[in-house]
Amino acid sequence: MTTKELTEQNSKKKERENLLEVKNLKTYYPIHGGFFKHVVGNVKAVDDVSFTIKKGETMGLVGESGCGKSTTGRTLLRLIKPTGGQIIFDGEDITNISGSRLRKARQDFQMVFQDPYASLNPMQMVGDIIAEPILNFERRNKKELEQYVKSLLTRVGLPESAYYKYAHEFSGGQRQRIGIARALALNPKLIIADEPVSALDVSVQSQVLNLLKDLQEEFDLTYLFIAHDLSVVKHMSDTIGVMYLGNLVEVASNKDLYSEPLHPYTQALISAIPEPDPKLRKERIVLQGDVPSPANPPTGCPFHTRCPMAQEICSQEKPPLKEVRPGHHVACVLY
Amino acid sequence: MTANQATNKQTPLLEVHNLQTGFKIGKEYFNAVESVSFSINRKQIVGIVGESGCGKSVMSLSIMHLLPQGIGKIRGGEILFEGQDIVDYDEKKMNGIRGKDISMIFQEPMTSLNPVFTIGYQITEVLLNHQDITKNEARTKAVTLLKNVGIPRAEQIVDEYPHQLSGGMRQRVMIAMAIACQPKLLIADEPTTALDVTVQAQILDLLKNIQEVNDMAIMLITHDLGVVAEICDVVLVMYAGKIVERATVEELFENPKHPYTKLLMEAIPKMEEERERLATIEGLVPAIKDMPAVGCRFANRCPKAMPECMQVTPRLGESAAEHEVACLLYEESWPKEERVGAR
Repeated sequence: MTTKELTEQNSKKKERENLLEVKNLKTYYPIHGGFFKHVVGNVKAVDDVSFTIKKGETMGLVGESGCGKSTTGRTLLRLIKPTGGQIIFDGEDITNISGSRLRKARQDFQMVFQDPYASLNPMQMVGDIIAEPILNFERRNKKELEQYVKSLLTRVGLPESAYYKYAHEFSGGQRQRIGIARALALNPKLIIADEPVSALDVSVQSQVLNLLKDLQEEFDLTYLFIAHDLSVVKHMSDTIGVMYLGNLVEVASNKDLYSEPLHPYTQALISAIPEPDPKLRKERIVLQGDVPSPANPPTGCPFHTRCPMAQEICSQEKPPLKEVRPGHHVACVLY
Repeated sequence: MTANQATNKQTPLLEVHNLQTGFKIGKEYFNAVESVSFSINRKQIVGIVGESGCGKSVMSLSIMHLLPQGIGKIRGGEILFEGQDIVDYDEKKMNGIRGKDISMIFQEPMTSLNPVFTIGYQITEVLLNHQDITKNEARTKAVTLLKNVGIPRAEQIVDEYPHQLSGGMRQRVMIAMAIACQPKLLIADEPTTALDVTVQAQILDLLKNIQEVNDMAIMLITHDLGVVAEICDVVLVMYAGKIVERATVEELFENPKHPYTKLLMEAIPKMEEERERLATIEGLVPAIKDMPAVGCRFANRCPKAMPECMQVTPRLGESAAEHEVACLLYEESWPKEERVGAR
């Protein structure tokens, strides 16, 4: 590749427009109680989250269980109604659309689920599982449709004969491939992958990760990749958002986040990962205690109860997410 | 030092010879663990890694005599605990060992605690079974144990129920129960798999501390090579019911030999290096019924397989060497020019 081509490619990358813009997204789950089961409180699963994803890029969301990363993904797909904020997908505000407009918009964003055992209908033939999203939107010639589904199966690395089989005949990794083929069926622009490999063994995990990367290149897909495993997220993503207790505490490019984590939580998270190399046994930052309940989050910074660097102000004021370096956002009073 | 103590020092705490554990499918038994031999020394942390279905959990259940009754059975081999073969021990004799000399913690801390009894009841149960103490003494001891595993408000928690605790706290309670009688061997079956990374770091730290304080040996079963690198001394790599490689932890990560171990290491994304593509292992582990009788069990997926691999069963050396591997590529008796080492 010549230098000219390279610069052209680079400028292309820079010009990339935003595919998804999330502004101050809030999703609360009401807690019902009392005699008449009225609302007595809210679980703030997603509390004021903003980010953007550029076309053709991968945004990773990491965090521990209960931090709201899955709820964020589901809210973006409008599987859950957001409590507040704005979701702008490809220039269109989809926060409050409903009915046929929502159905139509959903063609463009699809989901790959965590549990390949629970997300495929055991009573349906694999071919029908993959064809179903298409039939939801258009009538297709039967022969043509079958051809198309078979081509999808081959694309995700399954034999054409898989068309006539049932989900239970496949292993976990193969089922996840079926789930990916189903997500691809409508030629979506955005795929939200919610822990797509956490139920798989490492050797199978690497197959699925490689497949996702290949497909992204081939179909110019945009991913929101949700996972708890930082090394997997790092491998997959261009930008990474770290969530804690419903809040986005740090957003940075892949490289910046790992070479220079700024938020104390990100630092602890990175240092907690056991490295597969005994020479790297390190002094780890071991956080005390557990994640507080999102039904009753601490005042101020959500992390201050476990933060090794907490100051007095942390318990009073919730720091906003701000850009402290180009492309590096962090929500912490230290910066 | 008495003569008895001197021999104690030399014999390993646990020795397993040619263990074969089978499961009944239809009317026949098929071996999920096939001729496995290894030993664990006192105060040693031995890691057993492998993917799901490789027989690592079945092996630990065999040692504890906790195989599902009527389905799983030890079909051969010896399990020597402090020199005594415990394979033929009956329930009563095993009850004397389980919880006292060998104890176990499991992956899912919610399902392994009884939801209808208080934490205190479940810990004192172990103590009352194995030690000659009163209920009150047992309770005081339970509180101390809870404090030792880092549980805050131990005096109150002792009267609470498992559902009132978080996953990490429950795993701490499990550990408190397991170490109540100061066992010589703790079998930990995926103790941190269900936990978040920051909590996993806490639990690994705790296990390591307890191991040092109590002079206990740990057999750690996991699929996570990171966890192994973090706390183990010796590692056994299992594939399809067999041990394919055994080495000290430094040696294994520095110089993995078996093609399976190598691929496994290249398949995980690492934090400190950039890689476009990850290594994959094509194909699947053969089903327990279709396991080849002779030949290497990894041969059908191995990128380095030779025709001989289908005919000759590779053996794992039983010497005390730092590094043993069950692969024809490294076998001494094999023609020199075909061995990897010679290339």
